[in-house]
Amino acid sequence: MSQHTHGHSTTDEVSQGHGSLKSYLLGFIFSIVLTIIPLVIVMNDMLNKTQTVVTLMLMAVMQLLVQLFFFMHIREGEKPRWNVMTLIVGLLIVFTVVGGSIWIMSFNSTVQ
Amino acid sequence: MWENIKDFASTFFVTGDPLIYGADVSIGLTSIAILFVLTYFKKWKWLWREWITTVDHKKIGIMYLIASLLMLFRGGVDALLMRTQLALPNMKFLQADHYNAVFTTHGTIMILFMAMPLMFALFNLVVPLQLGARDVAFPFLNSMSFWLFLMGAMLFNLSFVIGGSPDAGWLSYPPLSELAYSPGVGENFYIWGIQISGIGSLATGINFLVTILKMRAPGMKMMKMPLFSWSVLSSSVMIIFAFPILTVTLALLFLDRFVGAHFFTMDLGGNPMMYVNLIWMWGHPEVYIVVIPAFGIFSEVVSTFSKKSIFGYKSMVFSMMLISVVSFFTWAHHFFTMGSSANVNVFFAISTMVIGIPTGVKIFNWLFTMFRGRITIKQPMLWTLGFIPCFVVGGATGVMLAVAPADYQYHNSYFLIAHFHQVLIGGVVFGYFAGMYYWWPKVFGFKLDEKLGKWSFWLWNIGFYVCFMPQYALGFMGMTRRLYTYGSDTGWDLGWAPLNMISTVGAFVMGLAFIVQVWQISYSIRKGERDLTGDPWNGRTLEWSIPSPAPFYNFAVVPEVEGTDAWWKTKEDLKNGIKPAPVKLEPIHMPKNSAIPFIMSVCWFIAGFGFVFGWMWMAIPGLVGVAISLLARSFTYDTDYYVQVDEIERTEAALRGRTV
Repeated sequence: MSQHTHGHSTTDEVSQGHGSLKSYLLGFIFSIVLTIIPLVIVMNDMLNKTQTVVTLMLMAVMQLLVQLFFFMHIREGEKPRWNVMTLIVGLLIVFTVVGGSIWIMSFNSTVQ
Repeated sequence: MWENIKDFASTFFVTGDPLIYGADVSIGLTSIAILFVLTYFKKWKWLWREWITTVDHKKIGIMYLIASLLMLFRGGVDALLMRTQLALPNMKFLQADHYNAVFTTHGTIMILFMAMPLMFALFNLVVPLQLGARDVAFPFLNSMSFWLFLMGAMLFNLSFVIGGSPDAGWLSYPPLSELAYSPGVGENFYIWGIQISGIGSLATGINFLVTILKMRAPGMKMMKMPLFSWSVLSSSVMIIFAFPILTVTLALLFLDRFVGAHFFTMDLGGNPMMYVNLIWMWGHPEVYIVVIPAFGIFSEVVSTFSKKSIFGYKSMVFSMMLISVVSFFTWAHHFFTMGSSANVNVFFAISTMVIGIPTGVKIFNWLFTMFRGRITIKQPMLWTLGFIPCFVVGGATGVMLAVAPADYQYHNSYFLIAHFHQVLIGGVVFGYFAGMYYWWPKVFGFKLDEKLGKWSFWLWNIGFYVCFMPQYALGFMGMTRRLYTYGSDTGWDLGWAPLNMISTVGAFVMGLAFIVQVWQISYSIRKGERDLTGDPWNGRTLEWSIPSPAPFYNFAVVPEVEGTDAWWKTKEDLKNGIKPAPVKLEPIHMPKNSAIPFIMSVCWFIAGFGFVFGWMWMAIPGLVGVAISLLARSFTYDTDYYVQVDEIERTEAALRGRTV
C-alpha cells in the first residue's frame, strides 16, 4: 500500500484496522450458510423451478451484502464516501445493462 | 521440409499486394535504422533506464503522445487510400477485400489507438501538475497501462503484414466476424489487440479517478478543481463502467471463434443482435470518453486566453458529470433500424436529444467566457475557435440522426460518416491539438512555431470542410458506407463522382496539414521559442507555477490552494505586494522505476500472438509469464525512496536559475 507517492500520506490508515476476528468469523459463517442453502435445495429438488430461482437470487443478493459489509468494509473509510457512491453508480449501470438488453432484445419474441 | 516452410510462410506472411511489400520493406528498414542508431550512439541503457522502466507520469505521457501521433499517421494513410479508391468511378486502386481491411483498421486505429492514447497522453502530462500532486496515485500501474496499450496496438498493427488484417468493420459485427465467414486470423488480431490494450485503458481510468479523488493539493476542494481535471474525472468514470462491457463482449466473440460457442452465431441459440446491443453499450460511452476531456481542454484554453475565470463553472461541472451518466442510456440509437419495438426507439431517441442539452450549455459557457474578455489568439485558442462552429454543426446533424424514423433514411449512409467525422475531428482531434499546443511548452520547455501552426490550422480546417461537407450530400444521394467502388452510371448520371472527387481533395489537404505539423515540431525542436518562465501563456492553474519542463518530483513544496485559478490568485497577490510565506523543503517520497510492467506486457503480447494463431505452446508460456510478473510484483517490497533536501535544492536552483 506504500505505493502512494505523497510525503504526507496518512499513517493512521493502518491503526484504523479493518474489523475484528469476531466480525470476520461471523461473515465467514454467513457466507458459508448462504452457499449451502442453495446447494441443498438444488441437490435434493426441494422446490419447483420458480421457487428455486427466486431463492437462489435472494441468496445471491444476501451473499453480496455479506461480502460488502464483512469483507469489503463498505461502512468504513473516511468521508466523503467515494466507495459507496461508486457502488451506487455501478448498480445503476448494471441494472441498465441487464434491463436494457432484455427490453431491447425482446423484439425477438414479437417478430417470429 | 523446404516445401513445408514455404507453405507456412505463404499463409503466415501477407502476400500478393505491392502495397504490402512496400510496407514490409519500410518496416524492415525502419527497424534496422532504429537498432543502428541506438547501438551507434550507445543509447540502449538510456532507453531502458529513462523510458522503458520509468514510472514518471510525464515521461509516460510523452511516450503516449509519440505513439498516438504515429498511429494518427497510420490511420491517416488508411484514410487517404480509401479516398483515392473512391475519387472516381470504377477505380482499380484497391481490391474489394483490401478496401474492407483498410476501412476496418482505419476506424479501429483512429478510435482505440489514436484518440485514446492521445487522451491518456494529456491525462498524464497535465492532471498531476494541475492538482499539485507529485505523481498519479499508482505510478507502477500507470506504466503497466502504457505498455499494455503499446503491445496491444503493435499486435493489431502486425496483422497488416503477418496473417492478414481484420476486415469485418471497426466493431467486428457478427455473423461476419464469426469463424464461418472470417476464417482467417485477422479477427483474432482485432480481438486480442483490443483486449490487451483494453486492460491498460481500464487501469488508467481507475488510476486517474483515484488520483483526482485522493491526491489534490491541500485546500483544493472538489469544486475548486480546474475544469480539465473535472473532465478527466468524468471520462474516468465512464471508462471504469464501459470498458468491462467491451472486454466481456469481445471475450464472448473469441469463445465463439475459438471453442465453437454460440453466443452470436445464427444458429443453435446464438443471436448476433446481442453483440450489436452489447458492443454499443461500450461504444456510445466511448465517444463521450474521448470528447469530454476535449471539453475540459477548451475550458482551460478559453479561460486563459480571455483572461477571465470560466463562465458558469458549476454548470460546467454539472453538465460534464451528467453526461457521464446519461451517456450510458443512449446506446440503442446506433441500431434504430434493428427492429426493436417503437417504445425502445422512442426512449433512446429522446435520451439522445436530452444529452445534447448539457453539451449546448457548455458551448454557451465558452462563448460567455469570451464575451468582454481580453482575447489573445494563439494556437490553442485558434483550435478552440475552429472547434466551436464545427462541433455545433456536428451536434445538429447528430440530433437529426437521433430522430428514429428519419434515421431509417440516414442509417449507414455517408450522412452518418460525415456526422461522426465532424464531431470526432472537429471535437476530439481539434480539442486534443488545442491541448497539445497549450501544454507543449510545459512538457518540452519550448513553444511550437506560431506561423507554421497557423498554416497547419487553416489547412486542417479547410481540408476538413472540403472533405466532409460533400459527404452529407452524398448520403442523401444514396451512397452507403463501406462501398469500395461505384459504377460510372451512379458516378456521372447521379452525380456521385464530382462530390467524391472534392471530398478526396479535402482529405489530401488534411494530409498536407499533418505534414506541416510534423515539420512544425521538427523545426521548433531546433528553433522554437524557449520557455524560461514556466508560465508562457500567463496561465491560471497550478501547472504553470513550476518550471518547464517540470522537475521529476513536480513540486518542491506541495502548494496550498484557496480557490479556483490558484496560480492566477498567487500572481495577483504578488502584484499587490503580498509575499508568499517562506517554505521549508522536506524530503520527497517517490516511487522507484520498475521493469515489471514492460516484461509483463511483452508476456501479454506473446500470449496474444499465440491465441491469434491458436498456438497453445506459445500462448500458455505467455500467460505463465504474466502470472510470474504479477507474483514478482507482489513480493517486491523495495518500491520507493526519498529525494533528499540538498538534491531538491540543487535541482530547483538549476531549473529556476535567474527567475527566482
